[in-house]
Amino acid sequence: MTHTRRSALLGFASGLAMLAALPAVAQEFIIVASTTSTENSGLFGHILPMFQAETGIEVRVVSQGTGQALETGRRGDADVVFVHARAQEEAFVAEGYGVQRFDVMYNDFVIVGPADDPAGVRAADSAAAAMAAIAGAGASFASRGDDSGTHTAEKGLWSAAGIDPAGDWYLSTGSGMGATLNTAAQVPAYALTDRGTWLSFANRGPLEIVAQGDPVLFNPYGIILVNPDKHAHVKAEQGQAFIDWIVSEAGQQAIASFTVAGEQLFFPSVQ
Amino acid sequence: MTHPRPTSPTILPLRLEGVGYDVAGKTLLSDISLAVDPGRRLVVMGANGAGKSLLLRLCHGLIAPTAGRCIWADGSIRAHAQAMVFQRPILLRRSVAANLDYPLALRGLSRQARRATVARTLDRFGLGPLADRPARLLSGGEQQRLALARAWSMQPEVLFLDEPTSALDPSATRIIEEMLMGFSAEGITIVLTTHNLGQARRLAEDVAFLHRGRLIEHRPAADFFAGPAAPEARAFLAGDLIW
Amino acid sequence: MAADAALMQIIGLSLRVTLTAVLVACAIGLPLGAALALARFPGRGAVIVVFNALMGLPPVVAGLVVYLMLSRSGPLGDLALLFTPEAMILAQTVLILPIVVSLTRSVVEDIWAEYREQLQSLGASRLRAVPTLLWDGRVSLLTGVLAGFGRASAEVGAVLIVGGNIAGHTRTMTTAITLETSRGNLGLAVALGIILLALTLTLNAVAWGAGQWARGRLG
Repeated sequence: MTHTRRSALLGFASGLAMLAALPAVAQEFIIVASTTSTENSGLFGHILPMFQAETGIEVRVVSQGTGQALETGRRGDADVVFVHARAQEEAFVAEGYGVQRFDVMYNDFVIVGPADDPAGVRAADSAAAAMAAIAGAGASFASRGDDSGTHTAEKGLWSAAGIDPAGDWYLSTGSGMGATLNTAAQVPAYALTDRGTWLSFANRGPLEIVAQGDPVLFNPYGIILVNPDKHAHVKAEQGQAFIDWIVSEAGQQAIASFTVAGEQLFFPSVQ
Repeated sequence: MTHPRPTSPTILPLRLEGVGYDVAGKTLLSDISLAVDPGRRLVVMGANGAGKSLLLRLCHGLIAPTAGRCIWADGSIRAHAQAMVFQRPILLRRSVAANLDYPLALRGLSRQARRATVARTLDRFGLGPLADRPARLLSGGEQQRLALARAWSMQPEVLFLDEPTSALDPSATRIIEEMLMGFSAEGITIVLTTHNLGQARRLAEDVAFLHRGRLIEHRPAADFFAGPAAPEARAFLAGDLIW
Repeated sequence: MAADAALMQIIGLSLRVTLTAVLVACAIGLPLGAALALARFPGRGAVIVVFNALMGLPPVVAGLVVYLMLSRSGPLGDLALLFTPEAMILAQTVLILPIVVSLTRSVVEDIWAEYREQLQSLGASRLRAVPTLLWDGRVSLLTGVLAGFGRASAEVGAVLIVGGNIAGHTRTMTTAITLETSRGNLGLAVALGIILLALTLTLNAVAWGAGQWARGRLG
């Protein structure tokens, strides 16, 4: 190969490389696989600019269901996972895909349903009793049905109530929280949702909160660095910087300062 | 204004030696031997399905014979200095000038040489005013004129024409025939098929008469029209339909 | 103002991704489709059937395949392309390519049937005929390219999977519509939908006008 041809090729290749790198010019970034509920609430839009201003690291959030987010981490397609399904998170670390799980924050689940409450859920004294009342009345219930953190919590409530949900009244949407709430508002049906998505959800129709406050409805979020021993390309340093920041006082304050319609959505876990 | 032409043709005569053409076991042409001599106007006649168009395509080299051979005087199978005009002019979806330019570009002529040839051709055939018009929006007569002009611009020694006027009205037909006489006067050899007896009488110097895939007669036109030897040809001239 | 800037960024990214995918698909699909029209080889029929069938490939499946290829655990993981605009371009190219190939083959076959003897007579080889046929089929081919553009700009399944809908990075109009729908922001979702529709309409109008003009000009 002649010298000129080689340099022309090199120029072409570097031009391509520059083109590919254009959107992230001279920018450090990490990919965080997280849940639709956190993304939909607007939390990331609030806290990530603060982190970036402090460290110069851009955080690119891919929002998926918890199950999918953990799978993204398992495949090495994210540097950090930030989800809410404790048992699955612990399994993720135990399998060696994650380095260590840190508590970050929690929000809570609420049961929403038609304002006229046909199943009499408001009278129930626990979340499990509320679910039993819905099943007993045969009132419509819209489930995520997608193995997300919310779906996992819902299944926990059904088994606590001793019910195997099935029948015409049980609508498994197989989609995200917002889509499930859209369905519930149309039917109308009861649904389990995290408070954050609910507060920022605009298309409520006849739905309102009918049950809340049971401690079993608390929904803790954990954050885990994907194990660089499994995937050597993981940006461990920057990923850990994000984790360190979010559990630091600054990060925890940032979370606490996020409100929707004047209401705080997420509560710091680190005291 | 004419092209400078080589004083002595280099590719003619074209010789067909025992040429036959079969397709799927059916014999369409058989045992045709004939020479296309330089500077002549040869008209190929015969009824529909006699094999006139096929013979022309074999001569031009668009298809290869399944028996015998077509051989040019320079020894080649498909000589360069030839062109063909089809029954329905096939023009590119481009301007008149671009249609003239295309075959010249195929032959690797320089941009300047092409421009000069296109200009000369437009001028020669009075197509100048149409130069920028889309070729396929021209009238049928204009399209065939353009097809002939395109063939001429390629400086062929021999020009094959497959029923070039069968879709045209009498006045357009006359213009095409006048063009062909002009080509002939420049020394271009003409091989033309037609089922139009009047056209054959007007144009032919030699006649080849085909019947059911066989060459029945190949004689000077005057002899042929004075009284063909073969009964099939006599019946054809008398207007009796023969198949 | 910030919202407007974000919106412009989303629109710009959508156009960049889809137009690039259309360009890449044309660069590959036009010659490939023409070659398929002119070439005769064993298995040609099968190739044609496969490309025709792939026109109906569900975007999600295309997305999934590209995802599995580009994932760090996949064969092309080292390119680090997952969750980038380039991954979305690749996925959309996979979606558009069969449309361009199949339509090109059909258009070129028709013109070839008409031109074949004449081009051969003028001295054009099959290879040399390819650009001629593509150029003379340009008006019809534009329709196919537009169909490809329409499919790519309207789809959400593939870009969502391989792009990840990352705000400010891989969020396109369709993934933003999905997101806003899931947030219950139906108004915003509809507004984005209208913008998308308006862009597609404008492009189609321009192309249709160009086609009409060309038909009038070129016959």
